[in-house]
Amino acid sequence: MGSPVHRVSLGDTWSRQVHPNIESERHIQSFNVESLINILDGGAQNTALRRKVESIIHSDPEFSLKYNYFMTQNERYVAAVQRKFHLQTIAKRLGWLENSLEFHYAYRALSGELALSLHHVFLKSLRTLGSEEQIAKWTPLCNEFQIIASYAQTELGHGTNLRGLETEATYDAATQEFVVHSPTLTATKWWPGDMGRSATHTLVQAQLICSGARQGMHAFIVPIRSLQDHTPLPGVTVGDIGPKMDFDHTDNGFLQLDHVRVPRENMLSRFAQVLPDGTYVKLGTSQTNYFSLVVVRVDLLLGEIIPLLQKACVIAIRYSVIRHQSSIRPSDPEAKILDYQTQQQKLFPPLATAYAFHFLASSLLEFLHSSYDAILNKDFSHLPELHALSAGIKAMISDSCLQGTELCRQACGGHGYSKLSGLPSLVSRVTASCTYEGDNTVLYLQTARFLVKNYLQAQAQATPGSTLQKSLPQSIAYLTTTDLARCPAQKAADFLHPKLYTMAWAHVATRLIKDSVHHLETVMQSGADWDEAWNQTTVIHLQAAKAHCFYISVKSFTETLEKLENDPAVQQVLKRLCDLYALHGILTNAGDFLHDGFLSGSQVDAVRTAYLDLLRLIRKDAILLTDAFDFTDQCLNSALGCYDGNVYERLFHWAQKSPTNTQRNPAYEKYLRPLLQSWRSKL
Amino acid sequence: MNQDLRREREAASFNPELLTHVLDGSPESTRRRREIENLILNDPDFQHEDLNFLTRSQRYEVAVRKSATMVKKMREFGIADPEEIMWFKRMHLVNFVEPVGLNFSMFIPTLLNQGTTAQQEKWLLSSKGLQIIGTYAQTEMGHGTHLRGLETTATYDPETQEFILNSPTVTSIKWWPGGLGKTSNHAIVLAQLITKGKCYGLHAFIVPIREIGTHKPLPGITVGDIGPKFGYDEMDNGYLKMDNYRIPRENMLMKYAQVKPDGTYMKPVSNKLTYGTMVFVRSFLVGEAARSLSKACTIAIRYSAVRHQSEIKPGEPEPQILDFQTQQYKLFPLLATAYAFQFVGAYMKETYHRINEDIGQGDLSELPELHALTAGLKAFTSWTTNAAIEACRMACGGHGYSHCSGLPNIYVTFTPTCTFEGENTVMMLQTARFLMKSYDQVHAGKLVCGMVSYLNGLPTQRIQPQQVAVWPAVVDIDSPESLTEAYKRRATRLVEIAAKNLQNEVIHRKSKEVAWNLTSVDLVRASEAHCHYVAVKLFSEKLLKIEDKSVHAVLRNLCLLYCLYGISQKAGDFLQGSIMTESQITQVNQRIKELLIAIRPDAVALVDAFDFQDVTLGSVLGRYDGNVYENLFEWAKKSPLNKSEVHESYFKYLKPLQSKL
Repeated sequence: MGSPVHRVSLGDTWSRQVHPNIESERHIQSFNVESLINILDGGAQNTALRRKVESIIHSDPEFSLKYNYFMTQNERYVAAVQRKFHLQTIAKRLGWLENSLEFHYAYRALSGELALSLHHVFLKSLRTLGSEEQIAKWTPLCNEFQIIASYAQTELGHGTNLRGLETEATYDAATQEFVVHSPTLTATKWWPGDMGRSATHTLVQAQLICSGARQGMHAFIVPIRSLQDHTPLPGVTVGDIGPKMDFDHTDNGFLQLDHVRVPRENMLSRFAQVLPDGTYVKLGTSQTNYFSLVVVRVDLLLGEIIPLLQKACVIAIRYSVIRHQSSIRPSDPEAKILDYQTQQQKLFPPLATAYAFHFLASSLLEFLHSSYDAILNKDFSHLPELHALSAGIKAMISDSCLQGTELCRQACGGHGYSKLSGLPSLVSRVTASCTYEGDNTVLYLQTARFLVKNYLQAQAQATPGSTLQKSLPQSIAYLTTTDLARCPAQKAADFLHPKLYTMAWAHVATRLIKDSVHHLETVMQSGADWDEAWNQTTVIHLQAAKAHCFYISVKSFTETLEKLENDPAVQQVLKRLCDLYALHGILTNAGDFLHDGFLSGSQVDAVRTAYLDLLRLIRKDAILLTDAFDFTDQCLNSALGCYDGNVYERLFHWAQKSPTNTQRNPAYEKYLRPLLQSWRSKL
Repeated sequence: MNQDLRREREAASFNPELLTHVLDGSPESTRRRREIENLILNDPDFQHEDLNFLTRSQRYEVAVRKSATMVKKMREFGIADPEEIMWFKRMHLVNFVEPVGLNFSMFIPTLLNQGTTAQQEKWLLSSKGLQIIGTYAQTEMGHGTHLRGLETTATYDPETQEFILNSPTVTSIKWWPGGLGKTSNHAIVLAQLITKGKCYGLHAFIVPIREIGTHKPLPGITVGDIGPKFGYDEMDNGYLKMDNYRIPRENMLMKYAQVKPDGTYMKPVSNKLTYGTMVFVRSFLVGEAARSLSKACTIAIRYSAVRHQSEIKPGEPEPQILDFQTQQYKLFPLLATAYAFQFVGAYMKETYHRINEDIGQGDLSELPELHALTAGLKAFTSWTTNAAIEACRMACGGHGYSHCSGLPNIYVTFTPTCTFEGENTVMMLQTARFLMKSYDQVHAGKLVCGMVSYLNGLPTQRIQPQQVAVWPAVVDIDSPESLTEAYKRRATRLVEIAAKNLQNEVIHRKSKEVAWNLTSVDLVRASEAHCHYVAVKLFSEKLLKIEDKSVHAVLRNLCLLYCLYGISQKAGDFLQGSIMTESQITQVNQRIKELLIAIRPDAVALVDAFDFQDVTLGSVLGRYDGNVYENLFEWAKKSPLNKSEVHESYFKYLKPLQSKL
């Protein structure tokens, strides 16, 4: 197994030994952890490269995250800028390329505590929306940090609905410039990262107006700060939007533009152009503008959101074998809290989910890669499916990651409330993902629209008496396959078959999609038009989209299992997680399965039996399953979750470093002493 | 005032003032509460700082100042009634938590409950005037809810007539007590009492920890702050380590158990009374859950009436987001829950006071049920509220993530309720223990009373988990009484299933305790169903006491929504138990949508009725006047990062980045 870097303790003298209670968990290895690590990394070479990058980062004190929890918003911002600066210097020296795996692993090792991340979102948008000349012009400027760029979409009064944005870019043919303007207070750009203090340029999404006609949203590169002294340029009002739940390291900003002029060449023009005379030329579909959003959304899943849940699982599960509480039998010593059924039912479903999402996001990323070049070459046939999938999956993943992370935090009792556990920061970071890059409800409904539309089209093309003829996009092909009305399972063990539960989820998703279409049609028959009918039936569309996404996730997990036949031990341990994931999903949505009699009451009881048995089986492998995520202690930055299990010593030592303990207490001098002395004078 | 909010208020079908009276208990209570709130708001000495722009240490300082002035002001205004003190405190502290809070909520009550008259004389007056500041040190780094596991020891030395306090291990260091880190100079410490070589379990000791005059830790005492947390920034939760630290014998609280000068231990007569404080605190927390959720709903619903987004029909102006079905579906069930919990909280308060009088007269018969009920309801309401506040926050989109919304602060301040004063899962299992006991009693032919009396019907009903037996009457989904009945059946069924599974495991495992652990998921489910039934029952009973017709109508809709939404979320339980049919569930889902439409015009008035002052909400999004965007912009300009036009980091890092690369 070699000597992976993360197995080394943080170098504290009091922590040279691994806690026996966690060591014993690693004695019996029912599978090879290293193989699972390699699977998650996508190959042993990647694991090796990742560890190399991690050792570079962690051996350098300038990258330390140790004092993060004690910093103010301002201090964290400064530290993040400093780290970014340092990282770029090192990358230059070592020859790491922009967008390389090395950068990806460095970002992971630093838990994303780096400034200027929007700089890279800008680059991604440039690559998807910019013409070849624009890419050639701006990329080197960004790579050399001659400019610092950001991406400005949301406004004070407008978020996910792109079309509602108020910022305007009016073409002035006389000077061949766009006049970019915020016409109202609510049009103020609000939230863009790196814009509050750092960026010199930003990519502004604005309503294009040329030759008197409104042409919808387009992207414009707008310089906002002087390249000489960093002061805001004329016509630009820019600043930080103030304290947030987290993301203190990022200077989310506001931006008001007062008739700011940019040259015609600053409109990104891969899919649409304005000719010098003001003629508007469209080269893509109306969805092309969303393409860069899709790319960013998919990248976030593995790069940012899922690791937050994985870390939370690592911390909570490791802590749960160190923490003892009460005893199961009165005569026994206090038990590890992980031995309690209630604790297992809190922690193992999130653990299974963390694995499920890793495989789901990987397959989505593959799909994106396979269609990326085609789309850039203006073949949009996969775009609707890609858009629908990425929307729903982003919503499902961020929703469940939030629930899981918060569950892990609460499962650590009081200590989960301490920032030193690392868990509050994970929660407050993952929770942002439920609204950024598209509010989850809106995203689910976009998926639902895709489902309804395709279902109706397929239905319309089907001749009476035959099944749905039209070949549906691959991810929804299951809608046309023949379906059993009753689940054939007879006992608990029958539910441990991936085919069976995948089919069960396909059944429920199909039924809910059909139901939602039926509801929509009923409301329309009673006189409402499509839009009104849609709004009156969104609750059921939401339910249908959720079931669809869950089905997709179960399917991708089972497909991953099939590919692991040459490693039966890993396959077995992952299959248990897959079983648990699918069955937990059935139990939390039992009503949907009972509703049309697909499952009977006794079958649901059998599911519950199977589920509770799985908790017991997974218990034995729990620690190794968290080790397999292979996070370094420095990256976890948790007093509860370190590899060596020395929870209490670490908690005590870390608390001493708090400024509340190292600095004097002005409140005593000012307020407490006068109070206390009023007593002495009476004595 | 914002035009949208004005229109909403004009269109309401009822007078929110009347509903405020219901929530406060009477018009007189409303009047007096406002009078007290205005005393503070109109007091020129009252300063309100926006806590969001302060560092942790600044927040602590402000909070200590507020505590110090509050004692003075309350005396000045002659506020002494417990309820009035609460109103006063809430307004005075705004949303700050109080570093000296435990002095009043734990130190003094424990002294009163467990101290002898002499001990009270010695410490009570000075702690009431904050001349000594006390806290309550129970939890240790390695031990929380399970009291018997605490490791701190107090060993009696008859030669000097002193107790020697020790923290023998790292895990025994006292950890978390509020006000311990920096503020307090005394603590009531819970420790294992050892005398004449024998351990007698946990007892409470008054321990001086800081020197009067210098405030420095006394020799033998290591004390400090436990560091930053999710919330409670201004609270100095602390740690305390004691090394052979000696206190006089008189510092053990000896109203019940005693240690004689020679070290002889005298057993207490009854220890049931110590339940009292726990029951009080937990029932109080139910009310706090209601309050926090009501605040979150106020903010989210007002903002949703001001915010416009997307379009329902292409080409039409953007509608208020409150007009979207999904937004209503997110928020109105939570609003209904807030009202449900308001009534549960009021019931808990009344019950506590009623039973407290009984206890005063020596009648302890109702205490076990009350103890079980408060444990479960504390867990049930805090879990629900925790998720609901988060849901309200996310319903505000991106702005909900900014501290300007006030919602992150409500959340992080509320969420520890799920773990403190008894971790929720442990609480649910305590309730389950009572339910199992009641179940056994019923099967032994005895009758049980109170909220569990529905179990009395069990032996005659003979429900089988699998049986498709039809219940005696069909559920009428438009009747709160009938829906209460449905929840009762669900609770009955889940209690019975848990009991039977427990019996089965006992037979297989031959150990009650192992069986208990292997059934605990079922047991928690049973407790949840029981608590849900209690909440539904209390809400529907409350309706009977509402006289005003229009208020009754709107509350009835909320009550129905609360009941039906719960059924829709737990449809599996109702279907599996044959309590409702598939087509009824479809009707339930349909009816929920109708109720959303019915509640929509009254939504803003329903949150206005909670009657929160803007300063208490602490939210730019939830302002009464609805002028959100202007104020949001003004608020952001105050951000510390905006202090200079060009940030220092530009010169330090960004400029070199451009030149060096």
